Amino acid sequence: MDMTIHFKELDNKLYGFVEGEIDTFTASSLREELEAVKITEGLEIELNLSKVNYMDSTGLGIFVAFYKRASRENGKVKLVGLSSRLQRLFEITGLSDLMDIETDKKVELRK
Amino acid sequence: MLKQLESQYEKILSDYMSDQTEKNLYIAQNFTRQLIQKNISPEDVVNIHKNAVGKIFPDRMVEDQPAYDFLIEVMVHYGMAHREHQSLLQIQAEYEMEMKIATNIQKTLLKTVVPQLSSIDIGMISIPIRKMNGDYVHFLYNREDYLSVAVTDVVGKGVPAALCMSMVKYGLETLEYAYKDPSYVLEVINRVIEKGVDDSMFVSMFYGCLDIQNSIFSYASAGHEPALHYSAKHGEFFSLEAKGLLLGVLSDSKYSYNEILLEDNDIVVMMTDGVTEFRARDDLNSREVITSLIVENKHVSAQHLCNLLYKQIEKIQDFKLSDDFTVVILKK
Repeated sequence: MDMTIHFKELDNKLYGFVEGEIDTFTASSLREELEAVKITEGLEIELNLSKVNYMDSTGLGIFVAFYKRASRENGKVKLVGLSSRLQRLFEITGLSDLMDIETDKKVELRK
Repeated sequence: MLKQLESQYEKILSDYMSDQTEKNLYIAQNFTRQLIQKNISPEDVVNIHKNAVGKIFPDRMVEDQPAYDFLIEVMVHYGMAHREHQSLLQIQAEYEMEMKIATNIQKTLLKTVVPQLSSIDIGMISIPIRKMNGDYVHFLYNREDYLSVAVTDVVGKGVPAALCMSMVKYGLETLEYAYKDPSYVLEVINRVIEKGVDDSMFVSMFYGCLDIQNSIFSYASAGHEPALHYSAKHGEFFSLEAKGLLLGVLSDSKYSYNEILLEDNDIVVMMTDGVTEFRARDDLNSREVITSLIVENKHVSAQHLCNLLYKQIEKIQDFKLSDDFTVVILKK
């Protein structure tokens, strides 16, 4: 079980691609990677989760923490490419109303 | 002691040098255990060997002496690493001891007592995946008038989760007469948690309150798995969906109030995501598994039904559950 994240900066926007399974074991490395992201005023961050095939509540906690820090520091976080399973997780927890989330389908439609 | 070991070693080595058999090698292995047990460092072992060789082959030593001394120097660092390892083992043993105490405290502190009421059958099961349980169930009731139940799941496991859970428990206990309003309860507990924990920590809670005389079950949810309502009259399940954010994310979250009428033989099933999430079996719809099991066994007691659910789901997941497992069942 592995998890990786790559970042790419393009037109003042930061893109992050997360891949793998996010659980209790892989969560700490994701937390470290996200904590290392320097958020500047108005920075837009888009995290692509389309390659995330499993996520538990620990993973959820990391995204919430990142979202809260970004909001405090006036950055913007958006999660895209969520599978229906992941989307359900964000819906049940009420986080989909709070955070900016795009599902798999919408991303496809936009293409 | 070292002298005694040296003469033992000399004997074993000399036996082996004259007769290189498996048996003599086996004796050496047993001797090693004794060395480890007596905490003899690697450099001391080399020294023992050097002295033994010196006694068995005195004429060789003139040449080999510096090489042995050199090896002893090299082994000193191994010895240091070895001692460090020993002290880590001791620290670990201390941690385990503390962990055990903490687990016991949690068990006492967060012990759920299932109320015994004549008008409603209540069952509960809560099995932690590790030593400390990240799920918690709290019942509040007033004679045969009101029964409320909070099913909670704290994110994260182990000690931090248990500490957070104690906060939830004391929050719930200070509610007194306000416990009958689910959305108010969640708003209060949310404020308590939001102030007290860091950004990545939060709690999901399903809170239901049964007005026993009027058979009205009211509920609200803070980011929790929806409960299930089995209507005996309709012979089908309804998902008790309720909008609401996880506790501890925003200080001013609001929670919607919902209610249903609970009729004779109806069943309400409240659970944590450890019950519905089949990590290794995403081909299965967990809610279908749960509902069909309940329908098939709807005549057994609430407690029995909880036990059956646990056994069944544990089996489906090949006895490798990946999360704390908690179910509360109310049967009218």
